[in-house]
Amino acid sequence: MLTSTLLLILIGCSVAMYFVGRSRSIALVGGRSGISKLNSLPGHYGLWVAAWCLLPALAIVLAWNALGHRLIVSAVVSQASSVTAPMSPGQRSLLLSDIQNVEDGTVPLALASPSVKAAAFELRRLEQLSHSAVAVLALCVMLLAGGLTWHRLSPTVRARHAVEKVFRVGLAACSTLAIFITIGIVASVLFEALRFFHLVPVTDFLFGTQWSPQMAIRADQVGSSGAFGAVPLFLGTLVISVVAMGVSIPIGLFAAIYLAEYANRRVRAIAKPLLELLAGIPTVVYGFFAALTVGPLLVNFGRVIGVAVAPESGLAAGLVMGVMIIPFVSSLADDMITAVPKALRDGSLALGATRSETIRKVVLRAALPGIAGGVLLAVSRAIGETMIVVMAAGLTGTMTANPFRSVTTVTVQIVQLLVGDSEFDSPKTLAAFALGLVLFAATLALNFIALVIVRKYREQYQ
Amino acid sequence: MNSISDTSAVRARRVAKRLRRRHWAERRFRLYGLTAVLLSVGFMVFLFANIIGKGYRAFEQTYIRVDINYAEELIDPNGTRLAQDLADGNYQGVIKASMRAQFPDVVERSEQRKLYGLLSESAERALKDHVVGNPGLIGHSDSVWLLADDHIDLLVKGEISTEAAEEDRRVDDQEIKWMAALTAGHRVERHFNWSFFTEGDSREPEQAGILGAVKGSLFALLITIGLSFPIGVAAALYLEEFARRDHFTDVIEVNINNLAAVPSIVFGILGLSVFIQFFGLPRSSPLVGGLVLTLMTLPTIIISSRAALKAVPPSIRQAAFGIGASRVQMVLHHVLPLALPGMLTGAIIGMARALGETAPLLMIGMVSFVADVPTNLSSAATALPVQVYLWSSSAEQAFVERTSAAIMVLLAFLLTMNLLAVILRNRFERRW
Repeated sequence: MLTSTLLLILIGCSVAMYFVGRSRSIALVGGRSGISKLNSLPGHYGLWVAAWCLLPALAIVLAWNALGHRLIVSAVVSQASSVTAPMSPGQRSLLLSDIQNVEDGTVPLALASPSVKAAAFELRRLEQLSHSAVAVLALCVMLLAGGLTWHRLSPTVRARHAVEKVFRVGLAACSTLAIFITIGIVASVLFEALRFFHLVPVTDFLFGTQWSPQMAIRADQVGSSGAFGAVPLFLGTLVISVVAMGVSIPIGLFAAIYLAEYANRRVRAIAKPLLELLAGIPTVVYGFFAALTVGPLLVNFGRVIGVAVAPESGLAAGLVMGVMIIPFVSSLADDMITAVPKALRDGSLALGATRSETIRKVVLRAALPGIAGGVLLAVSRAIGETMIVVMAAGLTGTMTANPFRSVTTVTVQIVQLLVGDSEFDSPKTLAAFALGLVLFAATLALNFIALVIVRKYREQYQ
Repeated sequence: MNSISDTSAVRARRVAKRLRRRHWAERRFRLYGLTAVLLSVGFMVFLFANIIGKGYRAFEQTYIRVDINYAEELIDPNGTRLAQDLADGNYQGVIKASMRAQFPDVVERSEQRKLYGLLSESAERALKDHVVGNPGLIGHSDSVWLLADDHIDLLVKGEISTEAAEEDRRVDDQEIKWMAALTAGHRVERHFNWSFFTEGDSREPEQAGILGAVKGSLFALLITIGLSFPIGVAAALYLEEFARRDHFTDVIEVNINNLAAVPSIVFGILGLSVFIQFFGLPRSSPLVGGLVLTLMTLPTIIISSRAALKAVPPSIRQAAFGIGASRVQMVLHHVLPLALPGMLTGAIIGMARALGETAPLLMIGMVSFVADVPTNLSSAATALPVQVYLWSSSAEQAFVERTSAAIMVLLAFLLTMNLLAVILRNRFERRW
């Protein structure tokens, strides 16, 4: 039986049980007129019965769907591999993919070896068996639980209480998902990164100055060892982020100051949504713009003034990234500037300061911690930004702080190493996880500091 | 104190001078601000103008009118007129013969091959469909508009400069001469490019369309909205209306705030190792894409939903409690309906962000070349922004205008969604 049909049956049955429970609760107190004798509303009784009917059975089906396949596969593979000599993990996964290819028909049966064929048949048999077993089990549990609650239903049962408890637990579970996502992120990058650090020492990774992750297939090829010193990537990321911040901080800050302190309402009403529009443009569009328009423009400009600019220079990516971050900086700075109490401004103006003097010497000083927090958040966005640099920055790590040359970044390398590769065994792919770990840790630290600063600042004026 | 310089006139002059300087500084400061605003708006105008300028031509496609002689011996040698026999006909031969008839003086084989190359490879398929639909044409002649090849299309649109040296351009002098002859005979026209919206991806620029990518995005977004909105609202309800403030909720809050700022590519890595490696879900599928985008948009939706719940005044809650509602009833019957428009606005904005997101989809393999339009949630697909990325990394010049056109479609979707959010906010959001 298909899982979807099983789910449909379960849901259909519990909907039916809702009406059964409701009408039974009414019948127990002798019709509609006796409803006041019920502890809860009839609908609550219906929901109560339906919940007992659905939830345990649903839990079984979902648990099996998440884990069952893996259990069966590992059982079959260990059975198949126990026939032959002991196997390395690599051989095991090879055998597994052989078996699966035969099972789903990618490889015709005639080509498979007898042991693989047997294992494939076994796999299919177990899959089918488990499918029907789970279906039967779920339906039994549903009938049992539904029947029991139906039997226990009486006017004194506190059905609303029970239903609301289930509801609350469900809501709480949804909110803990955030924690699980974080755990999932940490686990998914950490384990593979640790495997990487077994192959390449941490110090080589963090302090090495040579980055050439392509592992040669033949031993005598040039650069066959593969070098995983990530310093060029960090440097490239830094160069591009510095360029981006050099664009976005002054422009964003001055735009925020102008809109918050000088502009009249009409200008603000037009300019603010326009700036937000800039923030809504997908990064892939910026990337396209950087690679096809800004890059060549800078090359030509460099030729005119006699500076050699690489077509994939850090400058092009950084400039466009800066434009992307402008609205981010300006909206945060705007928040911080408007949070400065009016009394401070009035005091300064009353002393005879001009508006710009007030802004520079009073408002900005008061808003500085908040703005600094916002800038940190913007930096964390800049180092985590992917598409612009993938499309407009270079692919090879160069040890240079020169923005006119081609540099690569952490995110570019993650994309380069992971896209199209599904084998997680070579240091090349594992390196991407190590880079992911660095990226995650760096952005997390920046965000954390920034959030603390911003929160402290907000409290100061509230 | 110097008695001479201390005269009031001198002092007044000094003050006036300084005041002038200060006012000048004031104007300058103001100008900086205005410049910053104008610069950012100018960037945007430049960006849009650049993309529209590059892409608007992709909405038209060059067609060449060819006089086709539907020779029976090529199309239906057995004379059965059955659909499956017609489908096996030698339509390429028909087209080649017609092109030769158009230019009888081209006799050399390599020249003839170049002549056939004026038309797209899909012309054969178009002609086949035409004949299978109208079998009565066989044995007769007819003139048909057939799709031109992409380099001819570029030539007609004026994107290939004819002044450049012959070896520097993709169209040689002979082709230009042929096209001039065809144009003079009113055999070249530009039609609206419907296939751009009705076809999947293709290696041939003139045949490539965005339907596959749009459907991939649509499938992924369906999953995203279907999961992230209910879960996000539930989480927000719990945190705002039910949970006590303790360490546990603090941890959740910190988590949510941090997740909202985690780079999207990290979510891609998460999806790759959890959904694909651990749970074994199909790679490159909109299902996994949707799940990853769900995780990514969830924090945003939780945050905006909480803001919407916070905006509902406490008096509503007290009134509900006052007439005997339980907490769940108070939330479900009173607070949630009032907060829902705000939540929906946040959700739409979150969806708009998810639609434009590319990096995590690259990680989970939605970046492979997929010519077929996806039919279900687990078939291989790309998404609209990924299609932009794929086309932009293609070497063919004709893909540049298609990339820009795809960007225009993407931006149109985003603009519509944001507009919808604004309308929803203005229409339903109540100020208390």
